[in-house]
Amino acid sequence: MAQLQQAYQFERILTSDRVQHDVVYEGISFWKEVFLRFRENRGAVIGIILIIFVSFMAFVGPYMNAHTYKSKVDSHINLPPRVPGLEQLGILDGERNGKNVYEDKGLTDIYYWFGTDNLGRDLWTRTWVGTRVSIYIALLAVVIDMFIGMGYGLISGYIGGSLDLAMQRFIEILSGIPNLVIVTLFVIVLNPGILSISLALVITGWIGMSRVVRSQVLKLKELDFILASKTMGASTSTLILQDLLPNIFGQVIIMSMFSVPNAIFYESFLAFIGLGLQPPLASLGVLINDGYKSILVYPHIILPPVMVLALLMLSFNLVADGLRDAFDPKMKQQ
Amino acid sequence: MIKYLTRRLIIAVITLLTIMTLLFLLLDFMPGSPFNDEKLSDSQRVLLYEKYGLDKPIVYRYKQFMYHVIFEGDFGVSYTIEKNANVSDMLSKRLPLSIRIGLQALALGSVVGVILASVAALKKNSIWDTLTTVISVIGISIPSYVFALGLNYFLGYKLTKATGISFFPLTFDLYAPLKSSVLPTIALSMFVVATVARFMRTELVEVIGSDYVMLAEAKGLSANKVIFRHSIRNALIPVVTVLGPLTVSLMTGSLVIERVFGIPGIGDLLVTAISVNDFNVIIAISFFYSIFYIVMQLFIDVLYGIIDPRIRVSKGGE
Repeated sequence: MAQLQQAYQFERILTSDRVQHDVVYEGISFWKEVFLRFRENRGAVIGIILIIFVSFMAFVGPYMNAHTYKSKVDSHINLPPRVPGLEQLGILDGERNGKNVYEDKGLTDIYYWFGTDNLGRDLWTRTWVGTRVSIYIALLAVVIDMFIGMGYGLISGYIGGSLDLAMQRFIEILSGIPNLVIVTLFVIVLNPGILSISLALVITGWIGMSRVVRSQVLKLKELDFILASKTMGASTSTLILQDLLPNIFGQVIIMSMFSVPNAIFYESFLAFIGLGLQPPLASLGVLINDGYKSILVYPHIILPPVMVLALLMLSFNLVADGLRDAFDPKMKQQ
Repeated sequence: MIKYLTRRLIIAVITLLTIMTLLFLLLDFMPGSPFNDEKLSDSQRVLLYEKYGLDKPIVYRYKQFMYHVIFEGDFGVSYTIEKNANVSDMLSKRLPLSIRIGLQALALGSVVGVILASVAALKKNSIWDTLTTVISVIGISIPSYVFALGLNYFLGYKLTKATGISFFPLTFDLYAPLKSSVLPTIALSMFVVATVARFMRTELVEVIGSDYVMLAEAKGLSANKVIFRHSIRNALIPVVTVLGPLTVSLMTGSLVIERVFGIPGIGDLLVTAISVNDFNVIIAISFFYSIFYIVMQLFIDVLYGIIDPRIRVSKGGE
């Protein structure tokens, strides 16, 4: 018997010199493919560049001149924009109705790039300080979606059973409350401000995400590769983190990108009607409200915040669209 | 279907009761009070509390309040905005105006959105298609209140100044409700146009590429019939689902639009009530928003099941 086995023993042959790797058809990883497709999308790339630019300005802009967001100069009220260099070209030269307001007041070497508001505050600084609030809200929306929304959906979908039932009933009740009412509650209890807006977002911002994640998990957990993992003894955390998460992460990213413009809109809207940040604090909504009060006489006050807000929301929408197309090329062909 | 409806109705009632209780309790425990006026002396304040029954224990007041709301539809009186006016009366004057403008915007937005989407999908990759995409991206990106401000400035102010004729009043005129609701309706409908156009275009392109439309063409139906009977009708079905999120955006939108145009609706009233702590008004308006929202969601789900039998089947199969 032992002899027979010995006779059938295989000889080991080195194969490394015979194998050829096909360099041309090298496999591209999923994420690289997504990145390549995203790069092709001109709108999305412009969106990314604009977001980076606006974020950069939000951090650097307020330090680019000596004014702070609340410093008032009584003699400098309602000045139109004036930019050195550009004023020679006849644009942004501090003129209103054909008269140079700066020279009328004897302010020959003073420049306010976006002009000043009715209290003599520098609009350039205020606009970029206000943009910070919008960017904070954007980040908050993503964090809420990623952690609360995804976590809730994963637990509810993966564990299932009566826990899922209870969690879904809770969501059903929560989503029955219009978020306007929730914001109202927080504004009344905590007074208007960034805290009440943040909390209102924390309460309502994740419901859509958790629903999507849950339905994805329900679909995925019946599939064979999960069964295979389970058979091989994978623990629950491995199953969730290594098998389920990578498969739903694309959807999660797309969803959270789409929730960003909504959140930015929400903050600015609340500030606009006076339920958000309160002056002298600046947010884009506060500034738009300020500008709106004097829009008929000094239209220059409302322009910068409106343009930054529109730019931000447009860019986030473009990026979200681009990501959706990149993750799911089927949709792009349509 | 009946089982499903009963379940949904029970949840709706629970939600409403939760909202009412939460609002009542939070408003009671919060630091602010409708009688924060510094001119009031302590004894006057005590008298005021006594007059409105606010000195009674909270459990008693809660029972009273819920009883009046549920069985009599009575939300009590306004404390600060219109002193001693019945809140239900205040709302019944303002509610029709808000609802009218909301519905006008929804109707205008859906019709324009569907037309844009149909043209875009039928002439894919043409200039019309690009135009629709641009309109829908801009409509979603620019907040409705910015539109309102722009419309008010250019069509309300500049146009009047340039021509000397007031086509669209700057602020809402109760005696010319139709003319003065034009600008608010347009401003409010931009988001609807954008959402419907975006959603419907994708659907319609998919439907046009489907086998049953090819079959319809193959059996020799006229182009009109293929487009209207077979394509647009089927593409409209999923659009019903976006009506839910749209009502929410219309509600939030109405708050600002009413403020910008000075429309005496309930959105404007809510903002005022929050700033002066008029509790009963806040509770009543939140209640109406919630009812409206819940009924709308229920309506959409049922409508969806009726239009598209496949949904019912899949729900029953679960």
